[in-house]
Amino acid sequence: MTATDFPAETTMATASSRSRTDRRMALRGLAFVAPAALLLIAIYILPMIVLAAFSVTDYQLGALSIRFVGLQNFTAAMDDDVFMRAFANTVLYAVIVIPFGVFLALGVALLVYNRKRSRAFWEVAYFLPVTATLVAMATVWQFLLHPSIGPVNAAIKWFGFEPVAFLSNPVLLIPTMAMIGIWQVLGFNMVLFLAGLTAIPKDLYEAARLDGARNPIDRFFTVTWPILGPTTMFVVVTTSISAFKVFETVAVLTKGRFGSETLLFNLYLEGFEYSNTGYAAALTLIFLAIVLILSIWQTVHMDRKVHY
Amino acid sequence: MTPQSVELRGIGKSFGTENVLKGIDLSVRPGEFLSLVGMSGCGKSTLLRMIAGLEAPDRGTVSIGGSDVTDMDPSERNLAMVFQSYALYPHMNVRQNIATPLRMRRLPLSARLPLIGGLFAPSQTLREIDAAVEQAAETLHIPHLLDRKPAQLSGGQRQRVALARALVRSPAAFLMDEPLSNLDAKLRAHMREELASLHRRLGATFIYVTHDQIEAMTMSDRIALMSEGRIEQLGTPDELYRSPATLTVARFIGTPSINLLPVEIDAQGKVAAFGQDLGLQAAAAHAGPATLGIRSEDLRPAAEGLAVRVLRAETHGADRFVSCQLLADETVRITLRQAAGETLETGADGLTHLAFAPERAHLFGADGARRELSVRERVAA
Repeated sequence: MTATDFPAETTMATASSRSRTDRRMALRGLAFVAPAALLLIAIYILPMIVLAAFSVTDYQLGALSIRFVGLQNFTAAMDDDVFMRAFANTVLYAVIVIPFGVFLALGVALLVYNRKRSRAFWEVAYFLPVTATLVAMATVWQFLLHPSIGPVNAAIKWFGFEPVAFLSNPVLLIPTMAMIGIWQVLGFNMVLFLAGLTAIPKDLYEAARLDGARNPIDRFFTVTWPILGPTTMFVVVTTSISAFKVFETVAVLTKGRFGSETLLFNLYLEGFEYSNTGYAAALTLIFLAIVLILSIWQTVHMDRKVHY
Repeated sequence: MTPQSVELRGIGKSFGTENVLKGIDLSVRPGEFLSLVGMSGCGKSTLLRMIAGLEAPDRGTVSIGGSDVTDMDPSERNLAMVFQSYALYPHMNVRQNIATPLRMRRLPLSARLPLIGGLFAPSQTLREIDAAVEQAAETLHIPHLLDRKPAQLSGGQRQRVALARALVRSPAAFLMDEPLSNLDAKLRAHMREELASLHRRLGATFIYVTHDQIEAMTMSDRIALMSEGRIEQLGTPDELYRSPATLTVARFIGTPSINLLPVEIDAQGKVAAFGQDLGLQAAAAHAGPATLGIRSEDLRPAAEGLAVRVLRAETHGADRFVSCQLLADETVRITLRQAAGETLETGADGLTHLAFAPERAHLFGADGARRELSVRERVAA
């Protein structure tokens, strides 16, 4: 078919000139992307590679020799009682902090949202712990919960009960720290929920009322809860990550005594107290894997339900 | 449910110092299509929200079907409302959206809870709800959309879903708050027709808020034209067009807008414009400045009459609108309506004269109220 030959040739000619423009555009695009990409590589990707490299060695901070040990650090972690205890403690901590930190914050946000004049006061009051340094606040909590001089135990005693050793009874340690964690995260989550609530169109509530949603429970389940879905997902993911990162409270309140280590605290001990850099790097990778898997699972699992 | 009447008595409302409704009395007859029209800020939406129960009046009462509902929650008034934004639940598909009013009314609270609700729902009721949803969808020609989410629908389709949700439970009355204003012009014209035919088929009471006088004119049995918190005039579209009770009504109704001519009523009640006797007689008691309203179709080119300069002409298919400027007062614009084929003879400088049908002119006093007007033999000045 000669008729199609001519057009084919001309397309080829334009194609080559187009590919030259394409190449120039691609170069230009790369130039624009380069600063961000290089920064990303320098501060995230490279450290991760270095970390992964350390995790398969027996390197000790300041040591002159370094030896490849394969996956020995990882298998050692599985046999390490302290690490497994830290893992269990962290899971328990997260299991307490995530639901309470999310649902209490939602409850508080709903209450605060309907205040007219006092709303600003409540927002600030609940947000203050977020702005405070947790290390300092943990010290304050240490005082509050002190068995002999703390006001909390004074109140318990006043009611005629035995004082509670919040910070030395191994059973109570993690729940106590979880409570402080909830206190810390509540204000931040509340602000996120408030932002979500503000974005709900008023029309929807009005439509729901005309549709016969006469009580607040109906309006909550018909409008508020479903529309807050994306906010809730975000709050759950961020709360989970911050729960798995628990460190300051342990460092200040117990320093890991009475079997109260958490993942990050154990990591800190291994890496910076005992200078087991190789082992600490392996623990860090395990920690990152846990947080990553959890976040991805939550996002994939919840995303299907909350986006429309 | 048979269509119900809606009665408003002495409704008043202020927001802060602003008096947005100043004693509204209005009876909507059962099965009537009544439009509340007016400029934005005239209080029409507030009034509708009061009927719905979303806003409480400071004074006055709202009755539906003869019983006082002023203090009743919106959920108990058995009204359906279509919002300008459609207010569809974004997380529900169309079927669930339409079913919501029925689920709220027919299912116990335990059956409406998420996740576990299904365990408590009586299956007979669920089947009835499904059937009602299918039928509502059928009425609005949207059965094929039932499984989609609102985000996957076009504006017109969302509109239909909002209507289906409103009519699925045969409410006492339908309230509509500018439901067509988010649609493009062509679809709006189409939905006007559909709404009017839906009203005929259902025979239900419709209360329709709009700022668009064309919507009100084309669909309504009666129109309540509101301005500054008052009802200026209540009547059929024809009444509002042919005998506007006030200058505001005359200005608002009709496309193109009515032509307004500043006139003077002398001590004998003769009406003159810029010293030219118009051959019209008003009551002598109304002597003073006034406004004469003339519809564009009541004007015609003539050898003598109002001297005007032609500015431009627009052809709208069958009609032709000619904009002119009054020679005596260049700030006064006059629009003349002609059939498309007609022409307007002008002098070299674009000057011509226009005469009007005197028996169809409207006279308004300085206070905006309509004045009696009769045709008198013209006396040469």
